[in-house]
Amino acid sequence: MRIALFVTCFNDTLYPGTGKAVVTLLERLGHEVVFPTAQTCCGQMHYNTGYDRECGPLVRDFVKTFQSFDAIVVPSASCAGMIRENHPRVARTIGDEALVKKAGSTGSRVYELTELLIDVLGVEDVGAYFPHRVTYHPTCHSLRALGVGDRPLRLLRAVRGIDLVELPDAAECCGFGGTFALKNPDVSTAMGADKVARVRQTGAEVVCAADNSCLAHIGGLLSRLRTGVRTLHLAEILAATD
Amino acid sequence: MSTDQRAAGAARMPTYVGMPAFPEAARDAVRDTRLRRNLTHATTTIRAKRAAAVSELADWAELRETAKRIKDHTIEHLGHYLRLLEEQVTARGGIVHWARDAAEANRVVADLIKATGETDVVKVKSMATQEIGLNEALAAEGIRAHETDLAELIVQLGHDRPSHILVPAIHRGRAEIRDIFRREMPGAPDDLTDEPARLAEAAREHLRERFLKAKVAVSGVNFAVAETGSLVVVESEGNGRMCLTLPETLISVMGIEKVVPSWQDLEVFLQLLPRSSTAERMNPYTSVWSGATEGQTFHLVLVDNGRTATRDDEVGRQALRCIRCSACLNVCPVYQRAGGHAYGSPYPGPIGAILSPQLRGAGSPVDDSLPYASTLCGACYEVCPVAIDIPEVLVHLRSRAVHGRAEKAAMRFAAWTLRSPTRLAFGQRLAGTAGRMLGRRGGIRRLPGPLTRWTDTRDAPVPATETFREWWEKRS
Ligand code: SF4
Repeated sequence: MRIALFVTCFNDTLYPGTGKAVVTLLERLGHEVVFPTAQTCCGQMHYNTGYDRECGPLVRDFVKTFQSFDAIVVPSASCAGMIRENHPRVARTIGDEALVKKAGSTGSRVYELTELLIDVLGVEDVGAYFPHRVTYHPTCHSLRALGVGDRPLRLLRAVRGIDLVELPDAAECCGFGGTFALKNPDVSTAMGADKVARVRQTGAEVVCAADNSCLAHIGGLLSRLRTGVRTLHLAEILAATD
Repeated sequence: MSTDQRAAGAARMPTYVGMPAFPEAARDAVRDTRLRRNLTHATTTIRAKRAAAVSELADWAELRETAKRIKDHTIEHLGHYLRLLEEQVTARGGIVHWARDAAEANRVVADLIKATGETDVVKVKSMATQEIGLNEALAAEGIRAHETDLAELIVQLGHDRPSHILVPAIHRGRAEIRDIFRREMPGAPDDLTDEPARLAEAAREHLRERFLKAKVAVSGVNFAVAETGSLVVVESEGNGRMCLTLPETLISVMGIEKVVPSWQDLEVFLQLLPRSSTAERMNPYTSVWSGATEGQTFHLVLVDNGRTATRDDEVGRQALRCIRCSACLNVCPVYQRAGGHAYGSPYPGPIGAILSPQLRGAGSPVDDSLPYASTLCGACYEVCPVAIDIPEVLVHLRSRAVHGRAEKAAMRFAAWTLRSPTRLAFGQRLAGTAGRMLGRRGGIRRLPGPLTRWTDTRDAPVPATETFREWWEKRS
């Protein structure tokens, strides 16, 4: 299958390893990955911070870049949610009815990575090998906005060598929340500190999730505390082999 | 924001005087160990119980959908149902008053009390009267209002503010309550301990006397059934029942969105409310009265106070569906850490963050900050029994909020950069070089400017030497 990759501006700049992992993984499974180079950003930060008008051109560009593809994979649950749920809303706000339709149709072909693997490609065992103790944090957007359910866990369970441990109070938000982390740093850090305490309770070497943004927050606290626990996007675990 | 709008806002719901913006107020709360402990304990307990109570009903999802439809329909035809309610209450001997804002409502209630010649009244917990600041307004006219709900009593005796919709004294531990009673409650026994049973007993003794003496009561209303002019109060302690029945004059104050068309509609909410709020299948006391009861004068005060304006907003109006169950507070990780006082209104937590700025309708530091007092994690929407999409309303209110000039410039610049792959690539190279200069061993310890708010507590990721884009180009 021919799959377009929307890597997201955040991953492109800060976590290119996640994008590479998606390419490695999908090619290993026998699919063709294309990266439309005109892509930039889904507009999530602007939208969620209250700048929906500034978001309009970004939505238009996204639709133009991706509308011709049958499947678009996004290694970020919050960006996938932004595109599917909010792009039509933005189009409506700027009063572009044609764009509302096109954004809706393009959005319906957008998949978060674990959705693509399980629902579209029908695989659970992706042939990965990762001999580490790992815990999984279900990010709010993957859990509640997209409703990916146990898809990530099903994929992780099939990884050879993995020691997957359950995270206590997993469903509670880590406190990142986009610009919330900057606007309310005290509450954000207090929430993150509790999440980190739970992660350490598991004795995991690696905490993984479907969003690098939340992982940057959790990882930033873990690294400041010199815990030695790593954060890793789950794509990188699924791409790993021996 | 014009001066007129600000003045209109002040007449509606007073911002607690001198209330700072949410982030500052929350900063102190986060450091208060006792508060954190009390809140975490109380909210996690009720959270688990609610989940169990809700899971007992197989048709919860349909009930929720029905409740949402009923509320939306009623709010759409609000004028019709309010007129019907007035007609029915009047036909049954009650007297209906209309108040446009807080000032008008307080005036009406104060005048009604004055006409009775009384200077002391008993009150049963009512969000609407807190919203309009009734107790303070009455005090200014020489009338003392005595709260009779146990938690409200604790708040009142402690010269404190409520911090939760259902459990206004949730921030207080047992020992603190004992101290407040000993210090402030006339007739509290000297050997009072912090055992819940002893505390409740002391409060009961104290309140009983108030009930027997009171000639006038002020109450809130949970629901008003338009078709028969029936008012409904739902409670756990029975103090409400005493308040509603013993005094000669009853004045009930309700927000106009509390009306439901029929008894059949009411049935839906009576299933949703107790399970969502106290995790009970049914609440211990449900009082219903239609118009005036024999031997009692009954006044109903219908308060708008920003509700009509809220209704005009297509996205924001869903906040008017709220039945004040407080489930959204109990699951909110931000509320759990910031506490209720940081929200600067009687409505704390997620619902407060969307309701207070809309009802007040005027910018103040706390109102401008409230829509941002959330990570948009969606836990509130998941539990709300009337399906208010709180994250959607928060984002909507953010787009209407007043943004700082520096932030606006930064966001515009970011949008401009992100609109072109070439500009983005240039920005990435720049950020990469700067980031690698600042960062060592996998983390940046300190970022400049407003970004210190990140690095004060967290390391920041160092941009990779090669972006994904560059890697892809080389590869193909
Ligand atoms: S918003 Fe929903 S969950 Fe929150 S108090 Fe109101 S009805 Fe309850």
